[in-house]
Amino acid sequence: MKKVLSLVLTAALAISTLAGCSGNQQGGTVNTDGSTSMADVMGALTEAFKAKEPDITVNYSGTGSGSGISGVLDGTCDIGLSSRELKQEEVDQGAVAHVVALDGVAVVVNPKNPVTDLTTQQIADIFTGKITNWSELGGADAPIAVYGREDGSGTRGAFEEIVGVEGECAYTNEYGSTGDVIGNVASNENAIGYASLSAVDSSVTAAKVNGVTPSEATVKDGSYTIQRPFVMVTKDGAALSEAAQAFLDFATSAEAAEYIAAAGAVYPN
Amino acid sequence: MRRRLYEITGRALLYGCAAVTASLLLFFIGYILFRGIGGISWRFLSTAESVINGTVGILPAIKNTVFIIVVSLMVSLPLGVGAAVYLTEYARNRRFVAAIEFASETLAGIPSIIYALVGVIIFCTALKLQKTLLAGSLTLVIMILPTIIRSTQESLKTVPQSYREGALGLGSGKWHMIRTVVLPSSVDGIVTGCILAVGRVVGESAVLMYTAGMSMAMQSFSLDRVAGASGATLTVALYHYAKENADFSVAFSIATILLILTVIINFSASFLGRKLKRS
Amino acid sequence: MQVLFTLCGLVAVGFVLLITVYLVISGIPAIREIGLFRFLFGKTWAAGQDQYGILPLILTSIYGTAGAIVIGVPIGFFTAVFLAKAAPKWLANLLRPAVSLLAGIPSVVYGLVGMCVLVPALRGWLRLPAGDSLLAAILVLAVMILPSIISLSETALEAVPREYEEASLALGATKLETYFRISAPAAKSGIAAAVVLGIGRAIGEAMAIMMVAGNVANMPALTQSVRFLTTGIAIELNYSQDGSLQRQALFSIGLVLFLFIMLINAFLNLVLKREKEG
Repeated sequence: MKKVLSLVLTAALAISTLAGCSGNQQGGTVNTDGSTSMADVMGALTEAFKAKEPDITVNYSGTGSGSGISGVLDGTCDIGLSSRELKQEEVDQGAVAHVVALDGVAVVVNPKNPVTDLTTQQIADIFTGKITNWSELGGADAPIAVYGREDGSGTRGAFEEIVGVEGECAYTNEYGSTGDVIGNVASNENAIGYASLSAVDSSVTAAKVNGVTPSEATVKDGSYTIQRPFVMVTKDGAALSEAAQAFLDFATSAEAAEYIAAAGAVYPN
Repeated sequence: MRRRLYEITGRALLYGCAAVTASLLLFFIGYILFRGIGGISWRFLSTAESVINGTVGILPAIKNTVFIIVVSLMVSLPLGVGAAVYLTEYARNRRFVAAIEFASETLAGIPSIIYALVGVIIFCTALKLQKTLLAGSLTLVIMILPTIIRSTQESLKTVPQSYREGALGLGSGKWHMIRTVVLPSSVDGIVTGCILAVGRVVGESAVLMYTAGMSMAMQSFSLDRVAGASGATLTVALYHYAKENADFSVAFSIATILLILTVIINFSASFLGRKLKRS
Repeated sequence: MQVLFTLCGLVAVGFVLLITVYLVISGIPAIREIGLFRFLFGKTWAAGQDQYGILPLILTSIYGTAGAIVIGVPIGFFTAVFLAKAAPKWLANLLRPAVSLLAGIPSVVYGLVGMCVLVPALRGWLRLPAGDSLLAAILVLAVMILPSIISLSETALEAVPREYEEASLALGATKLETYFRISAPAAKSGIAAAVVLGIGRAIGEAMAIMMVAGNVANMPALTQSVRFLTTGIAIELNYSQDGSLQRQALFSIGLVLFLFIMLINAFLNLVLKREKEG
């Protein structure tokens, strides 16, 4: 009887201590949540930060920009990650943006696709469903599979706003992450999609837009127009833990520049 | 003639469908092993992912899975066994018993995405646990509780009434009787229930994706930091590699590990269940 | 001690009540704000434009489940008859654990194989722009419900008294006639329960179909990208902010899903009760 009771009590005690020290006071853990476009940047930053501060663990959950912003506002993570600028209503709720990098949104097609140069107008027509066959653009006679991201994605938000097709897109499929779009375009000859330039690898082709090749240089000088910032989001008035503050300081410092560049994004200053 | 036709079609359907099932099984298991087994190495199992070195490791996911199993069982086992003992040994009000049985049956049928929904609101947001392994474990407690209650109850019911009467007749108190007679003879059901629960935890992904986070970093489980630990279990890591990284060879390697775990869990459930029953 | 055990029982009930009450309380505000009719029968779900109609999600869930049942139940039933009656012993002993292995495999693994094998194959065979579709989801669900249908039907078939079958054989019926005309009807409520459980599993599955269905909230069409009730919640759960209309609408979807499950449970209880009485 006593043994069982003490066991139960110990368990209860353990749980309550665990629950008691949660919230923002979590010693050396920083939970970040949000943009899947920032996976590479966050991977490089967290690892470099770990080398510098071995006692702090930085966690990254790739769930999408909107999720990161609502997460930090709801207090379900320490730092939100967004791959678009904040909207006014988010700022009104206390979201504060810290820009860490710039990134292009690449319009990607399958490497076997001969169509690799598009105008903004053509892109808009493809994504709104006015152009539905690659032959209309000088490609093979095949239906276009229009791949996009889900509502709430920072990449989708930035892309639709800059191309001017907000809320008008007719997607064949909506995917939940940057890697998912790239993976599916890589496996489908008829597909077109958009994804973070920092994540684009040799499995897909990033099309020229209005004749400009997307690259770190053209993003930096502004000639590649479909671009957006990578932002770390905190909540005004909610105190950051020491660990979270240290990570945020690191990510926005000059020290982070080489890691951001290594991850394929552009250091903003 | 008609009878012959009946015989032929019947036989064709029977053997055809069995063949479909068997080949599906073979293909499924073979394909996963074929694509996954090559990627499993000691480094894969014993390190964390490194973006800078370009290496992949799933040790954090393994540790997170173990952590969630331990914590969720630690809470749900005493609760579930306690509830089952109450239901079979103490409860007098039959309506109340029926209500609890109906409740645990209902809980067992609820899709896991609904648990995720409720877990996010209650544990992550309202109780301010954030998306952490702890919040995930507590959500899973609600999910596996019915499994443990039901299997404990089933085996408590099979303990012969004469055992109880004998013990009580010899002058033992009720709790003493339960502890020394009833619980030991139903230990098989409790163990089977635990294994089934472990199986559910290992296989769960929807709940954990939304309540426990998706980090692939190594977590610290020291007492002062465990509350903030947040990360992916094996299933969530599989989803992460398949959907977010489009890195299918890693995903299939994790699938292979999950396949092996499932075999172990199934085997130990039937083996232990049988063995404990006999002794 | 009794107090402690009572407490455990109360906590168990408390959890169900918590979930039910929470779902109802959190599910109703959005329905009230959107309007029950516009919520259930609205054809557009676009959270960005504040349009929350879940008819496409409901229909997709119904079609998807029905499709999985239509494909999975016959295959499962005949396999069960084979295992219970016709199979040589060694083969049955080999297949049975394999089927239960299939039942225990995590759903993301089904999703992964579906994504890597089924989706590209459908795209090639049917010449679709993309293979992620209702059809892909139906096939994955059919495979996923197969093990529970097989093992439950088999148990039911094996519980049929030997005398029934012996009598039928003695009267000159062939083995097959006996299986289909005597054993199967005698086990029909057990098989019906297996089907109902299969429906429950199919309608509640989220992760596997999220990986193969394409996830656009279209009205359901076999070769098009679709969104189920479950995936409708899953996709936007992270995005919606606590207290927003979007999050509340997700709870309303959860409530609809919950009602579906309760309906299925009630039906199952009815079937099992009739078995006891009959």
